Amino acid sequence: MAVHKRSYRGYSGPLTPPWSRFSIVTRYAFKNAFQSKLITAFFVCCFFYPLGCAVALYLNKHVDVLVTALNIHALFDVDGKFFFHFLNAQGAMAFVLTALVGPGLISSDLANNALPLFLCRPFSRADYVLGKMAVLVTLLSAITWAPGLILFLIQSSLAGAAWMGANLWMAGSILLGSTIQIAILCLLALALSAWIKRKLAAGAALLGVFFFGAGLGQAVNAVLETRNGSLMNIGELLGSVEIHLFRVYAQSPVPPDLAWLALGALCVFCLLLLERKVRAYEVVKG
Amino acid sequence: MAPVIELEGLTVRFGPREILKDLSGSMSGRTIGLLGPNGAGKSTLINTLLGFYRPSAGTARVLGHDIRMETKQIRSLIGYMPESDCFIAHMTAVSFVRLMAELSGLPSEAALERAHESLFYVGLGEARYRKLGTYSLGMKQLAKLAQAIVHGPRLLILDEPTNGLDPPARQRMIRLVREMRDSGGLQILLCSHLLRDVEETCEEVLILKDGRKVHYSNLEEERRANQRFVELETLGDGGDFAEAVGSLGCECALSSTNRIKMVVPESFAIRDLYRVAAERNVQIRRLNFRRDSLEDIFLKAMESSNGRP
Repeated sequence: MAVHKRSYRGYSGPLTPPWSRFSIVTRYAFKNAFQSKLITAFFVCCFFYPLGCAVALYLNKHVDVLVTALNIHALFDVDGKFFFHFLNAQGAMAFVLTALVGPGLISSDLANNALPLFLCRPFSRADYVLGKMAVLVTLLSAITWAPGLILFLIQSSLAGAAWMGANLWMAGSILLGSTIQIAILCLLALALSAWIKRKLAAGAALLGVFFFGAGLGQAVNAVLETRNGSLMNIGELLGSVEIHLFRVYAQSPVPPDLAWLALGALCVFCLLLLERKVRAYEVVKG
Repeated sequence: MAPVIELEGLTVRFGPREILKDLSGSMSGRTIGLLGPNGAGKSTLINTLLGFYRPSAGTARVLGHDIRMETKQIRSLIGYMPESDCFIAHMTAVSFVRLMAELSGLPSEAALERAHESLFYVGLGEARYRKLGTYSLGMKQLAKLAQAIVHGPRLLILDEPTNGLDPPARQRMIRLVREMRDSGGLQILLCSHLLRDVEETCEEVLILKDGRKVHYSNLEEERRANQRFVELETLGDGGDFAEAVGSLGCECALSSTNRIKMVVPESFAIRDLYRVAAERNVQIRRLNFRRDSLEDIFLKAMESSNGRP
């Protein structure tokens, strides 16, 4: 309709399928996130370490180049420990990226009272949370399991099919370890973002949950002479699970099954917090 | 006309508090005014129709769809303009309205086209690339209206659309509501505590008090019915005049010696009043068709509900 014909008219054109609408929120949230130069720059930095690892894998295989150049016979073994350290390093980057992107995802909509506008449409609360979560899942996937699997494939192509066959479990561990990292970071960031309307405060709360939890856990361990305090330390819980997944022979601070249980409970708790807060209007009972 | 909203014993409780109490009825006007004092349950009713609150008992149907079972279908047919400030401050108006259109199911390109159209329609065409956070209150209200109509809903719910607007902005909003009503493309549920807004735009009115329905009527019919009530101010023997007019089929009541209220029959011609007055040597100083304003209807509804438990 030409702009000079200003009269109300209905819409009778085609509609997008309802299942795809969560991606609209994701698209707009991505656009918003990458308007920040800091986030863009940090996201690029997140690929430096995987790139370095890829170069290291190449050099490790072509050690004869180094032998002639630097008189070195071998660099390192490519085993579970290699990928464990890779995932730990990328996990730290993922945490910082989450702290930068996550807090603004829901808090800005809550601060603007925008939820009734989203939810008065054929668009559910689950779609909304899924759309917001997809932002973090995509970003964190791009810096954790995706480069991890690429490194695994690079090593497989360098070491041959026999190595790949013998170490296929590592691919599964990379995928599973990254998934649990991503799930915890996403849910925690979204839950805090939903409960704290200020973006900065929500970011600080995310850091607080990790670092204050770690400190409190240590204090509990020291005072009560127990190891159960480590259950408050999300980093140690993730570490315990990854030690188990990558078959690293190191002492894990928390038994792996207990760590899985605690992380599962944390996910459920975050989902409950989201369920309570992501509503068009808050109902005050009583 | 098919009913827009049907209420079937609708009850909503928040904890021990009963907010909506057994609401029943069917509304089918092109524009329905939802009136009531603060805390009457107007916004709760709207939020329940939108599926934000779950009924504790009973149900309601919006455009034939049950609010318990078909929330998504209902939401796809409704445009909602909330009362409170709801927008995303860092977005431009056109991006914001486009986002809302896409969430309603419009493909991206159609959503952009409709966003431009809606913003021009509500009068924000020149400001559509400005961030919403920089808008004045009146402009924010218009932006909220634009997002409510962008997907071409069949029912538009306006919750206090003139809140905080200055007189020219209020007039603009009322004009837009009337235009949309007259376009025939959609029906409107307008919730307001400003009787004038409802009176100027609505055909039907539902009045709530303490979560109960206290009045529902068609304003036009009420106005037509009121045309049969006449108030006279006379000079001369009012009693004699009233008696003579009564013999012509009018029901008269003398409120003082020279003030007469009467209900005239359908076939009665007003010039007969003047003829009788001339015969009785009575002067008619003033003659008013008594029209119940919405305020009268509202106050009567409030009074009649006072005795209710």
